[in-house]
Amino acid sequence: MTHGAWQALLADWRVFAIGLEHTLLAAALALVFATLLGVIFGLLGVAPLSSARTLNRVYVEGIRNTPLLLQAFFLYYGLPRVHIVLPVLAVGVVSLSIYTGAFIAEVVRAGIQSVPRGQLEAAYSQGFDFVRAMRYIVLPQALRVIIPPYTNQCVNLVKNTQILSLIAGTDLVYQADTWSSETLLYGVAYITVAVLYLAITLPLANLSRWLERRVGGPVEARADA
Amino acid sequence: MTWHGYTVLFQPENLRFLWWGFEMTLQIAAWTIVLSLAGGGVLGIARYAGEGARGVAVRAIGAAASLYIETFRNLPMLLIMLAARFWSHLPPVWAAIAGMSIYTSAVMAEIVRAGLNGVPRGQWEAARSQGMSYLQAMWLIILPQALRKVIPPMVGQFITVVKDTSYAWGLGIQELTGSGTIIFAKYVNPIETFSLIGLIYFITNFSMALAARGLERGLARRTY
Repeated sequence: MTHGAWQALLADWRVFAIGLEHTLLAAALALVFATLLGVIFGLLGVAPLSSARTLNRVYVEGIRNTPLLLQAFFLYYGLPRVHIVLPVLAVGVVSLSIYTGAFIAEVVRAGIQSVPRGQLEAAYSQGFDFVRAMRYIVLPQALRVIIPPYTNQCVNLVKNTQILSLIAGTDLVYQADTWSSETLLYGVAYITVAVLYLAITLPLANLSRWLERRVGGPVEARADA
Repeated sequence: MTWHGYTVLFQPENLRFLWWGFEMTLQIAAWTIVLSLAGGGVLGIARYAGEGARGVAVRAIGAAASLYIETFRNLPMLLIMLAARFWSHLPPVWAAIAGMSIYTSAVMAEIVRAGLNGVPRGQWEAARSQGMSYLQAMWLIILPQALRKVIPPMVGQFITVVKDTSYAWGLGIQELTGSGTIIFAKYVNPIETFSLIGLIYFITNFSMALAARGLERGLARRTY
């Protein structure tokens, strides 16, 4: 890692800026959709209908037990076969949303189930239906338990944007890999990209730990995806 | 999606090819699990020991373990694997295993530490008051209790490792996902190929999850 290597990297800073932009964009978009999927399927997991709970299990177990990369390949190579052609970044966002959504669904379900059942029964007895009881009584209490592991899933999501690089998605890993295979300056490229990732993930990880301590929920090992 | 797309998959030479890929997946996963259990065990215990220690040396070791853990578990694993490929002269398969183990050790360490933290402080005090040394108390009293707590998250991590082996394809290693990519490129049947491969991953991982649940129940029955 000579002075010249760093200069070469600085001269091509735009390559890394594009990577950072795409990584952040994919993570942010996927977070919105994954949260939606997670809340919907998490609620299905505690719904009074048994078919809803089955739907939750099929989604969660099916997605969690297969690799994200395989799911991304399935969509990336499979969708054009049924005449759906999406930009690479969109394929990445869809894969990441579906995958992360399954983990968030489990977080939401566990959070809701941590609220004593009596709360739901009390709400029912006051004339609330399932949706309103969830909205006004159960979810606000479950949120304390949900937020810390949810933040961990955000960290995992940022790291998992790495799948983009294997479908030519110009994310940070991809940009570092292609730039360094042209210039052969692997050291500076990987260190720069590692620092950029840590700049995103470390604050999120610390936020999660701080929230865990603040809400005083059970301190559990961080489930990794 | 055609019937033909499936039937070509079940030709003996294609099944054999996928089987080799599956064997590679299992091999990489097994080595990664063994190495990161060792690495994560040491790192997790070091961080745990450093937190409560008065001695400068133990605290320094604990701080070094924390630095390792916080750095590597917050980086994308593929980046570590690619770096391992370029910075070592290992054959690609071993570079992949090394990269995966560097990352997974950091995750495992946190699982171990959380398990140790879950053992009530009173257990330490009771063990030490009986005249046990630090190491005796750790080995005989604390670790066995922690082990019970870490089994579910640890098996969860094993499942993650099996899934993560797919990133070895990024280093050109023909594991299961890579084998599938090669096959579908030949027959242009990505949906059929990847759904079969997904099923193989699912069966492998879901049976691990079920075994963990059984083990958990078995251990719960044996408590006091």
